[in-house]
Amino acid sequence: MRREAPHRLADYGPLFFPAMMLIVFFVVPFATMIAVSFFQRQQGGFYVPAFELANYQRFLSLFFANVLGFSLMLAIAVAVCCVVLAVPFTYLLTRMARKVQVVWLVALLSVLSLSEVIIGFAWSTLFSRTAGITNLLVMAGLMSEAKALLPSFGAVLTGMVYQAFPYTVLVLYPALVRLDPTLTEAARTLGASPVKAFFTVVVPALRNTITATLIMVFIFALGSYLLPQILGRPQHWTLSVLITDQAIYQSNMPFAAAMAVFLVLVTLGLVALTVIAGRKGEAA
Amino acid sequence: MTEFLKQTIGRRAVLGAGLAGVSMLAMPSILRAQDKSLKVGVYGGYFKDSFDKNIFPEFTKATGIAIEAIAEPTGEAWLVQLEQAAKAGQAPADVSMMSQVAMLKGQATELWAPLDVAKIKNASNLIDRFVNKYPDGRVAGIGAVSWYITLVTNTDVYKEAPTSWAAFWDPANADKLGLLALVSNSFLLEVTAKTYFGGTNALDTEEGLEKAFAKLAEVKPNVRLWYRDEAQFEQALKSGEIPMGQYYHDVTGLAAADGNPVRSTFPKEGGIQDSGCWALSRASQKVEEAHIFIDYMSQASIQATLSRKVGTAPTVKRELTDLTAEEFAAVSSDIEPIIPRYDLYQTKSDWLNQKWTELIVG
Repeated sequence: MRREAPHRLADYGPLFFPAMMLIVFFVVPFATMIAVSFFQRQQGGFYVPAFELANYQRFLSLFFANVLGFSLMLAIAVAVCCVVLAVPFTYLLTRMARKVQVVWLVALLSVLSLSEVIIGFAWSTLFSRTAGITNLLVMAGLMSEAKALLPSFGAVLTGMVYQAFPYTVLVLYPALVRLDPTLTEAARTLGASPVKAFFTVVVPALRNTITATLIMVFIFALGSYLLPQILGRPQHWTLSVLITDQAIYQSNMPFAAAMAVFLVLVTLGLVALTVIAGRKGEAA
Repeated sequence: MTEFLKQTIGRRAVLGAGLAGVSMLAMPSILRAQDKSLKVGVYGGYFKDSFDKNIFPEFTKATGIAIEAIAEPTGEAWLVQLEQAAKAGQAPADVSMMSQVAMLKGQATELWAPLDVAKIKNASNLIDRFVNKYPDGRVAGIGAVSWYITLVTNTDVYKEAPTSWAAFWDPANADKLGLLALVSNSFLLEVTAKTYFGGTNALDTEEGLEKAFAKLAEVKPNVRLWYRDEAQFEQALKSGEIPMGQYYHDVTGLAAADGNPVRSTFPKEGGIQDSGCWALSRASQKVEEAHIFIDYMSQASIQATLSRKVGTAPTVKRELTDLTAEEFAAVSSDIEPIIPRYDLYQTKSDWLNQKWTELIVG
């Protein structure tokens, strides 16, 4: 099939529907949010249209900087853990028999069907003192008494990695399946061990895919607000938790909107930096 | 075309319609009720279901006024909707059950139509604090239901029931507490003021609030869970994972009755008593019916029914109800309660929220 650039207006026709969807479900709500973020909060009431920067001013404090910093750090940690686990896993998966692959993929897809609430409560039971996995370790004689593993940063990280892992595998899978097996074969004939071949040939060949996956998981993890509440202490609450508090419990929409806009801007900035850094690396 | 008609309106449908018509005539109360009706907003979910089942049908039978129950969202969303609608002269509900903070916010915009107490003779049954008044003395709302948040413990872990809220500050309880996560629903500032500073009047000034915050900060190392979701804490309390905390008195009582090792204690400083008011939107045309409804709901016998069926504490004086000591203890206590400082959540809400978030997150 030959690709032709569109000539007439009608050629753009197929784009009309997705464009409309994008406008109705993304551009309009996002624009509304930006507008509301400048509105004036009526304490003890709701808000009135205005143009003021007070909501952004309130956000620019050490306290919120710390919360924002933690949220970004947590999302980066989740992305790195997921990719570090998923790249070797997916690589090995693509080398398996077709039937085994199908079973694994179905299992991963079924994890995707679980809601965040179910994942959160399941892990909170697994990490609890009364019914958790430490009881198994006690039975096996590895621990003297059962203890609670939550609330803790480790619990939050585990829950979020568990939730994001299937996405990571599914994003990596097509690229790894298409990876030319002759590349590794060549490396092996030239005397590289399987591990060395993986790190010196497979990983560099997938650099762009890995970067894209990191960004996707990062953004996915940044929006998480339930797991940090269920599995963490208040210092592990992400900015999304505080946004929810303001929007739902304080009915302070302007401030919630300002925080959300800020979060989106910082995220876009980080993604842009990653992409630019990636291009520079390619050019070098 | 005629064939088609013959087919659709079959014998069955004609019979059915006839039957429905006859039963309508057989129940004149429904026909009569249609000209007299009232839209009542109640918190959606458990509250609305209980009212629909236990209260509203009896009311319609007694007065001939049909009730259309509206499920209102919790939080302030309903207040905002009523407010916007009233500006347009509409009332999505005539009478609504409103939280105390929402009552104050509605007062600020004259949203609530003043009630004529002369038409609500049962209002004299009420405990004084449940009559919500405008600053100039007009009545804005009448207490609908109240409920308690108390000190709850797991009986396997704590053989002896604690007697004071001071247990929250006891270093022996490190990492054992489950507390509500928001300043405006945990009312822990009031608890701190009553337990350590002689009463909630200590929160009148900014210094008083700062002192309460400082004292409350000492509780932080003892807190394992700051919960927004009730199920999360209830489960942990039952299993003993988080053996102490604050929770709803009636729900804890039900859990204990089901055989769970939990207990609810009214500390000597009192339980936290929160409540909801019946308030009439100024846009409502059903002023007469609304007064009849509020009067009906303020009867001691109805309040007793609510205590038995819904688990709320009566807003009328205890001696007027026929609740047995056991029934009363299941929902309330004679110990003077801690009444939340609702005014603060109206005038200082953003400041309190910011200080609170910094306290627990920082």
